[in-house]
Amino acid sequence: MTGMLASYLILAAVLFCLGLYGALSKSNAVIVLLSVELMLNAVNLNLIAFAKYGVGPSLTGQIFSLFTMAVAAAEVAVGIAILIALYRRKGTVDVTEMDEMKH
Amino acid sequence: MSYSQTAWIIPLLPLVSFTLLLAFGRQMKEAGAWISTLLTGMSFVWAVLTLVARLGKPVSDYAWSYNWLQLEDTALSMGYELTNLNSWMMVVVTFVSLLVNLYSKGYMHGDERITVFYGYVSLFTFSMLGLVLSQNLLQLYVFWELVGVCSFLLVGFWFFKPEAKAAAKKAFIVTRIGDVGLFLAILILFWQMPGHALDFTSIHNAFTGNEITPGWTTLIAILIFIGAIGKSGQFPLHTWLPDAMEGPTPISALIHAATMVAAGVYLIVRTYDIFAASPDALLVVALVGAFTAVFAATIGMAQHDIKRILAYSTVSQLGYMMMALGLGSVSAGMFHLTTHAFFKALLFLGAGSVIHALHRQDIREMGGLASKMKITAVTFAIGALALSGIPPFSGFWSKDAILTVAYEENKLLFGIGLITAFFTAFYMARLYFLVFGGKRSGPTRNGHQEHVHESPPVMTLPLILLAVPAVLAGFLSTPWNGWFGEWLTGLPAEEHANLIVMVLSALAGIGGIILGYLMYEKGSVPADIVSRQVPWLARLTERKYYIDELYDRIIVAPLRGLGHVLQVLDDVVIGGIVRMSARAAVGLGRNGVKLQNGQVQTYGLVSLLGFVLFVILLVGRRYG
Repeated sequence: MTGMLASYLILAAVLFCLGLYGALSKSNAVIVLLSVELMLNAVNLNLIAFAKYGVGPSLTGQIFSLFTMAVAAAEVAVGIAILIALYRRKGTVDVTEMDEMKH
Repeated sequence: MSYSQTAWIIPLLPLVSFTLLLAFGRQMKEAGAWISTLLTGMSFVWAVLTLVARLGKPVSDYAWSYNWLQLEDTALSMGYELTNLNSWMMVVVTFVSLLVNLYSKGYMHGDERITVFYGYVSLFTFSMLGLVLSQNLLQLYVFWELVGVCSFLLVGFWFFKPEAKAAAKKAFIVTRIGDVGLFLAILILFWQMPGHALDFTSIHNAFTGNEITPGWTTLIAILIFIGAIGKSGQFPLHTWLPDAMEGPTPISALIHAATMVAAGVYLIVRTYDIFAASPDALLVVALVGAFTAVFAATIGMAQHDIKRILAYSTVSQLGYMMMALGLGSVSAGMFHLTTHAFFKALLFLGAGSVIHALHRQDIREMGGLASKMKITAVTFAIGALALSGIPPFSGFWSKDAILTVAYEENKLLFGIGLITAFFTAFYMARLYFLVFGGKRSGPTRNGHQEHVHESPPVMTLPLILLAVPAVLAGFLSTPWNGWFGEWLTGLPAEEHANLIVMVLSALAGIGGIILGYLMYEKGSVPADIVSRQVPWLARLTERKYYIDELYDRIIVAPLRGLGHVLQVLDDVVIGGIVRMSARAAVGLGRNGVKLQNGQVQTYGLVSLLGFVLFVILLVGRRYG
């Protein structure tokens, strides 16, 4: 039983790291957003794995991941809206050129 | 009120003059000179009245003091004490100072900073009078340093000349070396004296009552003597005195006759009880004095600068005074100090008159001035004869008093004194004949005859006034009349007229003059006989035995080297650390700035690194 949990967690960790790598290193804003989704999904995977194989298995984890997906969808919608606004303003989706937070 | 009780007015008057000139000097031009001269004159009159009141009285009269500083159960006092000794000194000081004031009116005429000059002169006079009147050693030390400061200011009065600046610094630093000795002596005295008393009465009682162990006594005496060596230009600290010639000539007269150098002799006389308790210290004083006397006289014979010759003669004559003190005769030393003050001031002012007329100081370029400057020539001749010890001029009697003591006490020192007397007469004759004598009708420059005038009356009057005591002061204390020494020291005078000594010293003086006459006036003995026969000796004396060079090598150069090393150390090590810390801070800031580039990715990366670090630490703590 615990062997199953470990493999799920390892998969989630790999996914999370891939997402993190993408979010930190890619310059295209769309890919960065996708990478963030990847990290969120890694978290979802963890929630479900613990819901099934954890110390006290229950449905709470699975319902929680459904909520997360809904919130993530909304967040991506907002993120893309910002991205489009930025693209209109600057004509690029390159995140290395987006340094307004400095000011 | 007797004059003794109001003696404090005497130093106060020059101080008032100094304050006035300091406060209002800018507005006045020539008036400043008159203020200073007038107040010094009043001071002189007061000093004379005080002296007259003291005549025939016991040695010490009136002392007044108040507690200046209370330290637990000991008190340091300030005050003044009038004795025959310092009432005498005050007359000498104020007399010379008054004439210097008067003379400077002509000599410094047209100088822009004449009021500053007079201010300094007043301060100088005040310091010296304060020193003379001091009631305790600490107070004397304060005035002692003040005298040093004044000499620094006045020697460097023409500070735009680099030589004057260097000479002023040298005078200050070299005398300071001696002052350290005096300061140590005061500290030891304070520690050793019963009740930590520093006043002269207590010192007198302690040392005549043998309350201090002989070892300490000798140490204290030697340290005090080191102070006097610095101030009075004795070997080996004499080097500042000839260099001090860079100051205005009236100042040379003041320093050499009444104030600065007399302070050293006065100090020893004032603390003579300490010396009297230590035969070893007395011997040191006598030997140093005798050596300085003959040493400086030989240098004086080879110099070419009119003021430098006189300066070395001062060093030599001070050596005479020290020798007298070392041989145990306070009265002979003080007597020579007095006569020397008169004729040396006269000689310096005469030299100033010559320089004023010719605007140069090398005696090889002078000659034939006797017919052009009659008053200067005659008065200068009187001064020179007095210094050479020709009877009946004053110098003869005072020198005779010293030589008589030497003859009785120590034959070797007597011989040295006699040789010195011969040398003295010789270099004075050389100086006189080269400057005033000669068949030439006058000095020439670039082949043209120069027009030379006698100095104005304001300058010749002091010469005449000084010539009188230069002739007559000797009769204060002839070998047959010892009232001066008796009055001064309170000890009964012994009759010691010694005909052999008198004849020998007169012969030495006359012999020197004749030799000088033959060499430099008549020309029957070639003047360059020494430099041709023994060139190394002539060179040695002309270069002042290379003492300055020696000091340069063994003291100045190593210190300078050490300074360079320390500077490199400072630049590289200390400065390096400072620069490095600055650079580190700047670098840190620059990297911090780079970090804040406004890109979320960078922030994220940094957060990640921080998190990883945190995890490593956490894990390490659990399993490490």
